[in-house]
Amino acid sequence: MPLQLQPNLKEPGQRYFREFSPGDDFYEALIDTHRDLSDEQSEAVNARLILLLANQVGDISVLREALKHARQGV
Amino acid sequence: MGTYTYPKFAYTGPADLQGETPQRRPLVIVGAGPVGLAAAVDARLKGIPVLVLDEDDTVSIGSRAVCYAKRALEVLDRLGVGDTVCDKGVSWNVGRTFFREKEVYRFDLVPDAGHKRPGMINLQQYYLEETLVTRAMELGADIRWRYKVVGVQNEADHVRLRVDTPDGTFDIEADWLIVADGARSPIRRMLGLDIDGRIFMDRFLIADVIMKADYPAERWFWFDPPFHRNQSVLLHKQSDNVWRIDFQLGWDADPEEEKKPENVIPRIQAMLGDERPFDLEWVSVYTFQCRRMKDFRAGRALFVGDAAHQVSPFGARGANSGFQDADDLIWKLQLVMAGQAPETLLDTYSVDRTFAADENLMNSTRSTDFITPKSRVSKTFRNAVLDLAQDHAFARRLVNSGRLSVPAFLTQSALNTPDAETFAGDMVPGAPMDDAPIRVGGQDAWLLDQLGNRFQLLVFADSVGALDAATLAQLKALAADPIAVQPIVVTPAGGPLDGLTVLADTQGLIARRYDARPGTTYLARPDQHVAARWRTFDPSFVRAAVARATCNA
Repeated sequence: MPLQLQPNLKEPGQRYFREFSPGDDFYEALIDTHRDLSDEQSEAVNARLILLLANQVGDISVLREALKHARQGV
Repeated sequence: MGTYTYPKFAYTGPADLQGETPQRRPLVIVGAGPVGLAAAVDARLKGIPVLVLDEDDTVSIGSRAVCYAKRALEVLDRLGVGDTVCDKGVSWNVGRTFFREKEVYRFDLVPDAGHKRPGMINLQQYYLEETLVTRAMELGADIRWRYKVVGVQNEADHVRLRVDTPDGTFDIEADWLIVADGARSPIRRMLGLDIDGRIFMDRFLIADVIMKADYPAERWFWFDPPFHRNQSVLLHKQSDNVWRIDFQLGWDADPEEEKKPENVIPRIQAMLGDERPFDLEWVSVYTFQCRRMKDFRAGRALFVGDAAHQVSPFGARGANSGFQDADDLIWKLQLVMAGQAPETLLDTYSVDRTFAADENLMNSTRSTDFITPKSRVSKTFRNAVLDLAQDHAFARRLVNSGRLSVPAFLTQSALNTPDAETFAGDMVPGAPMDDAPIRVGGQDAWLLDQLGNRFQLLVFADSVGALDAATLAQLKALAADPIAVQPIVVTPAGGPLDGLTVLADTQGLIARRYDARPGTTYLARPDQHVAARWRTFDPSFVRAAVARATCNA
């Protein structure tokens, strides 16, 4: 399975009337998770989050592709 | 230096409003801003006598609100000023977003053809207000300028106002009061009502600039541009070669210093990047809050617009949602005033419009958090989204330079009759109705121009001949009900049908957008929202749904 680069966020049971809504729901939750944390704490949260999500993805070839895209141009 | 001459509205004394005891008026509206005036026009269209009080004697100073969204334009169409506003305004659908030097995202507000109105128009607020004042007066609204409300008391069946005028103070009573006196709402304060929310720690500079420029009529938004590092900038075209430029300044900026032309002009020159001449029409530095009242109804006082709720300007959800408040309120008020619905119908105004306000607050707060990140990690994520957006569709969807005003789907409204059958698409009970091109009476026209100001029933059929005599009689009987329902037949080809309006769905867009088949029936509220729908027409279902939509069930 190739890396998904099209919009893919949604929540089961939610009905969306605007295409920006699911992405905004996620982004708000992401930023809220970091609220009131120090920069160092936020870095730790991000590291844990990447590890959790990597395990969720499972397919290491997909992860390698994501790693490549993430590093590109930085 | 300006492009606009402010009208000065004539003051007339209060002698005719005074008497031995305070006069009682059916409806008083305080505040002749866009939302108060829209409410006044709507009330006049429904035959309600209206007295409007405003403490000033002209329109808004400076252009202030600029963007009017498709739904607000549809409301203005219903009020009879859509064409005037759209002819004067600058229509646009495309927004472009830049990050540093590159364009990262482009959106089209109305990607589907077949709507009368564009996604947005830009128009200086003073033009809109002037248009609404003219319309309200033409319809017989009594607007009093330089009348300042200095006292207000909620009684069991009326509101008592104390009003200051250049000729002294007097008292007047209103069966119903619409409070449209703006964000600082003196009436809200006098009634001791709270408004809660967040203040955002940031400042923005607005400059309205007169210049000849050949930029297209699009919304341009920059994150961290070379000419204004680490901040955001927004550019909009208005009428008369006036351009709105909005610079984020940060919380530490000194508003008085930043407003000085010697500080504003270099910022604009850096942005334009050339020596073209321009004049400043209006400059202001603002901060904003995101907050709302807990309840938009307090006894006989009904709050609308900024008096009831305030959002960040990203998304143009302020004035636009105010028009939707008036749109939701006035038909309900008409039924209550006429004794055709209980007062609880006005509680649904508060419930449904606080639901919409929460959606607006959520979206504008999210935009603000994206545009002006409040922590290092938040900025890192924001910039990562913008970087990835240059190559990847998923990240473009996350770019939030303002989620522009769209109406709420009132899916939770107690006035909706829940679906008992299956429908595809978005025209659920509580949905603001989609427009579509039609033909009626041999003329090209638009669906939404046929709808509004009363309950209506759209009945879909293969042809006018497909409806039998019994059905036609049942449809016509609905129009004679105490709360009348106007039947409208929709067929692919149209055609004459004695005593009934027939719309030709020439491009099949109504059928598609409403997932309609022969027999499908939609009940539309007077504010162009879906109240109920069925796969077959049954007058007893229609009457039950009307009762439910008016709190008479």
